[in-house]
Amino acid sequence: MTAAGNAYGRGLAGGRGDRALKIGVGLAVALVVFAFGWLLFDIVGHGLGGVSWAFLTDVPASSGRSGGIGPILISTLLILAVCLAAALPVGLATAILLAEHTDAEAGFGRLVRRSLDILAGVPSIVFGLFGNALFCIYLGMGFSILSGGLTLACMVLPIFIREAEEGFRAVPRDLRLAAAALGFTRARALVSIVLPAAMPGIVVGLVLGIGRALAETAALIFTSGYVDRMPESLYDSGRSLSIHIYDLSMNVAGGEPAAYSTALVLVTLLLCINGSASWMADHWQRRRASP
Amino acid sequence: MVDHAWMAGLRLAAAIAGGVVLVIFGFLVLEAWPALRSIGVGRFFTDPGWHPAGGEQAAFNLTPMLLGTLAAAIGAVLLATPLALASAVFCNYYAAPAPATLYRRLVELLAGIPSVVYGFWGLVVLVPLIRQIEPPGASLLAGILVLTIMILPTIALTADAAFRAVPETYLQAAAALGLSRPTLIGSVVLPAARSGLSTGVMLGTGRALGETMAVLMVCGNVVQTPSSLFDPVRTLTANIALEMAYALGDHRSALFVTGLSLLLMVTALVLASDGLTRRWAVDAGGHG
Repeated sequence: MTAAGNAYGRGLAGGRGDRALKIGVGLAVALVVFAFGWLLFDIVGHGLGGVSWAFLTDVPASSGRSGGIGPILISTLLILAVCLAAALPVGLATAILLAEHTDAEAGFGRLVRRSLDILAGVPSIVFGLFGNALFCIYLGMGFSILSGGLTLACMVLPIFIREAEEGFRAVPRDLRLAAAALGFTRARALVSIVLPAAMPGIVVGLVLGIGRALAETAALIFTSGYVDRMPESLYDSGRSLSIHIYDLSMNVAGGEPAAYSTALVLVTLLLCINGSASWMADHWQRRRASP
Repeated sequence: MVDHAWMAGLRLAAAIAGGVVLVIFGFLVLEAWPALRSIGVGRFFTDPGWHPAGGEQAAFNLTPMLLGTLAAAIGAVLLATPLALASAVFCNYYAAPAPATLYRRLVELLAGIPSVVYGFWGLVVLVPLIRQIEPPGASLLAGILVLTIMILPTIALTADAAFRAVPETYLQAAAALGLSRPTLIGSVVLPAARSGLSTGVMLGTGRALGETMAVLMVCGNVVQTPSSLFDPVRTLTANIALEMAYALGDHRSALFVTGLSLLLMVTALVLASDGLTRRWAVDAGGHG
């Protein structure tokens, strides 16, 4: 972040127009902060009372009104695991190809990048339709953790690839030249020299992808399903935290308190995950700037 | 030899990653095809209503839901864009570095909150408030307000990045001319950042059009053309989420037609913003 804009802006302060703009901008910012504070305090205030170790580990009772979210946490983790197991190898290889071996603005590289841009904008309910048609029906996986995880894998690919590619591009050229001078093959140089140096970008991409997958609901309703029992295999249907919130608030009369507590758990997880991603990105950027 | 196999592997992976979007298109077309053939495109606009499971009398008019989707998305973009612009102006031209960073963090956090949580908050907080003004509460207005908060971070963060990318020489020249701050922002920064700004607005529009959970939870889901902000509406996305569980035959296929049209709308937005960015980049001689 540069302070340049600030410096010029402040040097030009004063005048009636400036004051009016300042007030307008201030009001808008206050409104955004107020809405965010309202949402956060509402969820923490209503949700905190219900969160306990028992809530995190017990099985849900009476459609989730009482009991806990133990099986739902396990299902969520399994869906995430399937998602990462599928997205990581494909995403990493694509990022390597885009960053190291192709011209980003021509031919195959451009085609892949353009289609990833479109993929990033696909609405989550469309992923749900697609996942239902391909994984649940055509491939016969039914409503299962496997179907849900694979659908999410398609969804997080663009985010993960973008960050990982950044990571590879940030690796200094000298490292690659040194490896070439030592007679390394391209593959060998990548795995033992460039990959470790690109790790910051890869990790940030991974964490952001986890955040996106954890927040997803619409793509999961018709792929991983609603079942709130403890899953016994990846072919069982499993309910994610986000679907649990949806179901409790829309379909279960009196499910509100449990929905608040589940929302608090989910938001806390996401704030930690996204917060650590941006902290890591900052940290590594600063270290790169001052070696 | 090793390099040869290595490259083949990378290419295969990239082909898979790039091919996902094509496979999605393919499956949606495949599943939508029966409805497109037996019902035809025209009936989605002219049928007497939406009664997709009515057997011989089945009717498939999507127009009210399309209007619901457009009204909610346009309303949200109209509210969110000025707020997001103000956010970016605040961070770059009014706030000291520390509050600016703090505010950026806050907007980033907002971006990470799941849509189902926004929907839940709208349902338990906003809907009862709106109900006090005019029942039933679950309404187009509730949808617009929740969508506004949801797409604000998308537009604000893109606008912020676009402002920060304005070349410093522009600002120096403006300072040398003695421009006031509002003039600097209005006549120098906004034009220079227009490609980033319009990208942000288009991304936000795409997000609003495609959002499901939040609108599903707060809009009331009555299939009707809204005549006021307080009317309940059903969006195209909510319709898919509500009916997919029990839809069969033409009904299921009609839902895939809906999904396909959403996909086409969003893709058009992405391609348009892409084209716009490149045209302006050429116009500005590589500066914009």
